Amino acid sequence: MSTQNTTTSTPATKARPAPRAKLTDTLELDTRLMGMIGAFILVMVVFNVLTDGRFLTPRNIFNLTIQTVSVAIMATGMVFVIVTRHIDLSVGALLATCSAVMAMMQTAWLPQLLGLPLGHPLIPWLAIGAGILTGGLIGAFQGYLSGYLMIPAFIVTLGGLLVWRNTAWYLTNGQTIGPLDSTFQMFGGINGTLGEFWSWVIGIVATLAALVGLWAKRRDKTRHDFPVKPMWAEITLGAIIAGVILGFIAVLNSYQIPVARLNRQFEARGEVMPEGYSAAYGLPISVLLLIVVAVVMTVVARKTRLGRYIFATGGNPQAAELSGINTRLLTVKVFAIMGALCAISAVVASARLTNHSNDIGTLDELRVIAAAVIGGTALAGGIGTIYGAILGALIMQSLQSGMAMVGVDAPLQNIVVGSVLVLAVLIDIIYRRRTGKG
Amino acid sequence: MQPLVEMRNISIAFGGVQAVDDVSIDLYPGEVVGLLGHNGAGKSTLIKILSGAYRADSGEILIDGEKVTIASPRDARAHNIETIHQTLALADNLPAPANLFLGRELRTMFGFLDDSRMESETRKIMARLNPNFKKVADPVSALSGGQRQSVAIARAVYFNARILIMDEPTAALGVHETKMVADLIMELKAQGLGIFLISHDTREMMALCDRVSVMKNGQLIGTERVEDVTEDDILSMIIMGKKAEKAA
Repeated sequence: MSTQNTTTSTPATKARPAPRAKLTDTLELDTRLMGMIGAFILVMVVFNVLTDGRFLTPRNIFNLTIQTVSVAIMATGMVFVIVTRHIDLSVGALLATCSAVMAMMQTAWLPQLLGLPLGHPLIPWLAIGAGILTGGLIGAFQGYLSGYLMIPAFIVTLGGLLVWRNTAWYLTNGQTIGPLDSTFQMFGGINGTLGEFWSWVIGIVATLAALVGLWAKRRDKTRHDFPVKPMWAEITLGAIIAGVILGFIAVLNSYQIPVARLNRQFEARGEVMPEGYSAAYGLPISVLLLIVVAVVMTVVARKTRLGRYIFATGGNPQAAELSGINTRLLTVKVFAIMGALCAISAVVASARLTNHSNDIGTLDELRVIAAAVIGGTALAGGIGTIYGAILGALIMQSLQSGMAMVGVDAPLQNIVVGSVLVLAVLIDIIYRRRTGKG
Repeated sequence: MQPLVEMRNISIAFGGVQAVDDVSIDLYPGEVVGLLGHNGAGKSTLIKILSGAYRADSGEILIDGEKVTIASPRDARAHNIETIHQTLALADNLPAPANLFLGRELRTMFGFLDDSRMESETRKIMARLNPNFKKVADPVSALSGGQRQSVAIARAVYFNARILIMDEPTAALGVHETKMVADLIMELKAQGLGIFLISHDTREMMALCDRVSVMKNGQLIGTERVEDVTEDDILSMIIMGKKAEKAA
């Protein structure tokens, strides 16, 4: 992960000329990001107090992260959609169609049509491939309707919300399909974790990558004679990043697998569990998947032409067109990416439930849009960040889980989440007006 | 001498309105040709056909004497035609380097955007065009009209335009900035570029242009060398829509 830029959205913002007056400028920290992290910490602390310390236990943090993954993966794609001044109301329904395709592939189509026996090692991968292809193609089709045939994306995807939700119903005849393949289920969260050793390996590799990234960026700036921040600021930032990554791994590694479950695992292998044996869950594969998606999407946003064109088109569509950018094709690409991400979310969501059900992903479109918007994506277009959307998803999930733990009724939970969404956007508008950013 | 650009018998209609009606103009290297006329006279439309934003219904475009097809802004750029649009065509949310290289980004050997090199190239060219320009990293929405204009001009100059189209380049600028743009036009002309200039300011046009073409209701009223006419002659062409009687 790289350092945050000084402005919220502009991918190319790098060096700031002297004078560097404020501390936040010296560290090149994004004050908006700081505000969101502050809000996140506040939510955590308040619920931890209200639940007498039950909120910030390794177990709850583990659950919180795996519950966030599905919405967060889609939220990264929704950033691109909203940045280009579109909206996608069909993501929850599209997730259901992809989930249905993958469930049918592994339980019926592959075994019956191709004759692969249930449990064949190729099954989960062929199913996932088919799901991603389905999501990407449906997304591209919706992008074509919007970009080339000029039907507003709001309408295309509002229609899609009904079409894909019920296409999923027909694919499965309205039945719940399960249990899913055991390898496939490893993408769901608790059924697929890396264990202590590999979690540390991933944590250390990620930390080193972040530090090398910081160093490479600094060297690049010095080579071009751009101003760099003081060495102490660089080291502080590096220490914070390393602390957060390794701290997160340490927390996940301290969530012990229950003894009864370990016993079952040993029994399944025909062994006897040694006395005093213990093991921790560690990093869930689904969370690792989210991190990979986040890194790839951030690189696309900041370091590729596609990302640059997405932001340019969102900022000024006419300018983008006059610069020779094919904004119609761009719309197709953006919606195709969104569709493929819905499929990846569908893997996580159905694997977590261990089956495909008709109502999977219901209302996810609202959660995903809310996560992107709370994360600072402007509906007017041109502004948004991947990390913001993920943080937005985390804040929403923390609110919801926290309220559930405290015992708030479900209707009141929804009222609070809805109000927070509106309030977050109001704060964002005031912030942008004050700072003149965006 | 071979004209750099010839637009012959260009016509275009939008839903029954003949925006440009059988207009022919040309441009030589090192020459500034002004286009004058009321709002809606067809100047911007004519020029957008050359820059690839619109396609003419009929007529042909020749560059260096050869017939070319300009179907998109990309085609225009391939013929070294650069346009500074009236609305500046900048993405306000992006900083100057991203705008300067929009559609033609510099990339590293791995295919990723080379932001450092784009920023350093931007600093170099801005140092030449507008030494006061410092906000290289800020979104261009934070810049003044003159600074934004210099980003738009830098975009044309950086990519070695041979044919430059400037649509109201000084409309939003202060006195000092207008002078800066005028000096720049003279410098580019001296380098041998051909420039089409659109403006409402007749006096400015008389000072900057070699020839002026006057349009009214989509038709070309006439093209005159500035030394052959007075400002009043031009004004009467714009208003009356016919050529002034030349004093013999």
